[in-house]
Amino acid sequence: MSLFKHHARIETNALLLTIGIVVTVSVGGLVEVAPLFSIESTIERVEGVRPYSPLEQAGRDIYLREGCYNCHSQMIRPFKDEAERYGHYSLAAESKYDHPFQWGSKRTGPDLARVGGKYASDWHVRHLIDPRSVVPGSVMPGYPHLMRPLDYSDIGVRLRVLRSVGVPYNDTQIDGAAHDLEEQALADPNAAPPPVMASYPKARLGRAVESPENGPVTEMDALVAYLQVLGTMVDFTQVDPALIRR
Amino acid sequence: MAPVEKDPVTGRYTTGHEWDGIRELNTPLPRWWIIVFWVSVVWSIGYWVLMPSWPLLNGFTPGLLGYSSRADLESEIAEQKAARAVWLNRIESLPAAAVEADSELLTYARAGGRIAFEENCAPCHGVGGVGAFGYPTLADDEWLWGGTIDEIEQTIKFGVRNSNPNSHQSEMPKFGADGILTPQQIEQVADYVLTVADRAPVASLPGAEIFAENCAVCHGEVGEGNKDIGAPALNNQIWLYASKLGNQKPEVRAAEIRATVISQVTRPRHGAMPAWSERLGPGTIRMLAVYVHTLGGGR
Repeated sequence: MSLFKHHARIETNALLLTIGIVVTVSVGGLVEVAPLFSIESTIERVEGVRPYSPLEQAGRDIYLREGCYNCHSQMIRPFKDEAERYGHYSLAAESKYDHPFQWGSKRTGPDLARVGGKYASDWHVRHLIDPRSVVPGSVMPGYPHLMRPLDYSDIGVRLRVLRSVGVPYNDTQIDGAAHDLEEQALADPNAAPPPVMASYPKARLGRAVESPENGPVTEMDALVAYLQVLGTMVDFTQVDPALIRR
Repeated sequence: MAPVEKDPVTGRYTTGHEWDGIRELNTPLPRWWIIVFWVSVVWSIGYWVLMPSWPLLNGFTPGLLGYSSRADLESEIAEQKAARAVWLNRIESLPAAAVEADSELLTYARAGGRIAFEENCAPCHGVGGVGAFGYPTLADDEWLWGGTIDEIEQTIKFGVRNSNPNSHQSEMPKFGADGILTPQQIEQVADYVLTVADRAPVASLPGAEIFAENCAVCHGEVGEGNKDIGAPALNNQIWLYASKLGNQKPEVRAAEIRATVISQVTRPRHGAMPAWSERLGPGTIRMLAVYVHTLGGGR
């Protein structure tokens, strides 16, 4: 019974009890969490994942601000029915630059991990303004207020903050963020690709909102640019399934 | 520490702990709990051996069974593919028209096409292809880019006005915004178009000459349209950018149609559609083509 007598000593001393709890919880935490930082298989090695362009990042910030994640996940689980409906299951690599990531399985609306390119930008605009105008049975609220001008005066700072948590933006990208944002939003999709495409391949060029033609970039433009790139960065026809098996 | 003694009420010994005169009974854990606890411990050891479990420095123990949820999915999908291949191989190897001619394949393709349609196409074109403001109705016999089954399949594959090099491309000039026509001329040509749509005599209208010079090259001499460049027929009452027929009063409807024609001539809107060959397999696309073609208006 001597073990229990020692236990009594721990129980009756606040400091010893605190130390004991910290040690116990740390062991569990270290065993579960620490290896993920060194295990090479945590993040799959696939081509094509890049940091978000400034316009997409601005759209992502709106996605978070409006709480889209309350109803929409961005994680296709490795199940047959999900693969059938949404496409290839999500890889950890695809959200490696997401801070915070948008995983989840609680869905009121559909998963959005691969919504990019699925609908025309014009459809997104009309759906966001009034979901029932295109999907009669939808329970999604309308977001007509997104038609207001986008405030991107601090977009460079936002990229810098993301760099501090590990997103590999370079100085040119951070200093030229506002310029890149305008270039992507105001580009003519039919003309030769502008320089911003070199930094951010597969970015969706041009405005989502058709009129006013030369008006300021709107929050809607940014959000749709973000939605249109979701899940499109990795070309799964070029991925060997054996290399991403877990 | 209070002395350990027998509690007269419950017959149990106390633990010797005492707080403000309250003493704690040394009640043992229930037997069922102890059993579950030790069974769980034994189970976990079996689990460690058989399943992927322990993280290592740069990997993890794969377990004797080598289970992988992603590999499981691969084999499930392969199984499903094999089950569908019986039908899909036949659908993929035959021309779309031949699929439609075979009643067994037609039934399969329509059922499969409907499911793919509701997930991928209905958000714009509506359930059953009823269409919506800006998105063409697919259940009628009016087609922007052609209504034969092969033309429908082509449009589904490559889409309209997107970045796919094979997509349908065309653009109507901004007759108003670019100053090609004056506002007064646009009103005249709009009245002409509305008369064409009514299939009433048009020769004497002031817009006739403007139409012949500017519009007929794409929309046709009598507004019959041109499927090769996606120029809609104007000699009917189908309007892409007008609300779907509801219980509007006739004069309200007429005003809306006139406004939409004027706006379209002044600064045209252009619909876009994704290239579905970038997302869906050839069998699914063929089933979709059969489904859309048999909605009612296929040519």
